[in-house]
Amino acid sequence: MTKIAGGIFTSHVPGIGGAIAKGLQQDPYWKPFFDGFDPVHQWLAEEKPDVAVVFYNDHGLNFFLDKMPTFAIGAAAEYRHDDEGWGIAFQRPFAGHQDLSWHIIEQVVASEFDPVTCQSMLLDHAVAVPFELCWPGKEAFPLKVIPIAINTVQHPLPSPKRCYNLGQAVGRAIESWGGDEKIVVSGTGGLSHQLEGGRAGHINVDYDKFCLRNLAPDPEALLQHDTLDIVELAGSQGVEILNWIAARGAMSGSVRELASNYHIPISNTAAATVLLENSDKVHA
Amino acid sequence: MLPTSDTSQGKRTIPGTPVFDGEQARSGYALNAMCYAFNSAELRDEFVKDEEAVMERFHLTEQQRDAVRKRDILAMLEAGGNVYYLAKLAGILGFNVQQLGALQTGMELEDFKAALLAHGLTETRNILTEKAA
Repeated sequence: MTKIAGGIFTSHVPGIGGAIAKGLQQDPYWKPFFDGFDPVHQWLAEEKPDVAVVFYNDHGLNFFLDKMPTFAIGAAAEYRHDDEGWGIAFQRPFAGHQDLSWHIIEQVVASEFDPVTCQSMLLDHAVAVPFELCWPGKEAFPLKVIPIAINTVQHPLPSPKRCYNLGQAVGRAIESWGGDEKIVVSGTGGLSHQLEGGRAGHINVDYDKFCLRNLAPDPEALLQHDTLDIVELAGSQGVEILNWIAARGAMSGSVRELASNYHIPISNTAAATVLLENSDKVHA
Repeated sequence: MLPTSDTSQGKRTIPGTPVFDGEQARSGYALNAMCYAFNSAELRDEFVKDEEAVMERFHLTEQQRDAVRKRDILAMLEAGGNVYYLAKLAGILGFNVQQLGALQTGMELEDFKAALLAHGLTETRNILTEKAA
């Protein structure tokens, strides 16, 4: 059985990429956020996962409103970031794992999901920023990626329950793969924030803490709200928590939080980084 | 529970929060298509040189052109703009997300930034090193 060792959950604010480019990790504004990655780096150095399965939302680099998939799964040999309109393009390519991508596609379709499959796909800051945060520097990323995009742009969005169930199906697919690769799952985006409208700048500490408190022990608590409830609670981009919900759904073992960092503000966002362990046995 | 405004479609509304649905996606298509195309540096340069020509090429509605000319973010949203695509236009116009927030809420930039900083919260847990803060 292929093992999912854990989950990394993090905000993906584009400004983080700018801060990395300018080397501002120790700047007083940014340091409390970047410090949240120390335990993630420690864990990654110990676990050395071979593949990251990343649930994220595209912000208009790969997908436009002409064709907007609710769920899309990457099946490319290699992925790249590119200029999203602000002149910044991260240079390091992301190696794909085509065999495992197609296995996941086959298994989730057998589980009655209907994803779009992408043999060519640009990955925007929602994958690139978390990768830069987890594996800083210039060396090639030490693992492969399977990107899974969830529509958080154009309503109707998939329900939190649907995203959780997709994550469960992806988790079952990974575990049935049979290869000896070690897997880490990831959900990116959030937490509460809203960029547009008269309520721009909205942040909801209580809702964020509810999510952070329940993510490991009781993720189904996050399914009690529908997508518009979450928009109202967490802001119109806070609904990116759907990516976290899906990634958590993929973790079927005994899940416990190893580290968590919640920091406001990063840009207009309540930022968070969470590291979860996924074990066969309950930790004694 | 009754929506708080615009009950025309029986849709749920959230104060101060545009919900970008099929209706917005249809009405905003041209504006969003132009903004999506700003992933190209060449088109961004063209827009800076002659924004009217670029808006014409993408068949923006008069309402959308007027909103762009006035740099009126709320009017762009009203005309079907989606913030993920508008963010690319905002970059050309030199607005960061705090400036966008100030423009939309009618706050001074420093007040908008101060409101974000007022949360001033960092909460950390870490059982890997047993040094929970």
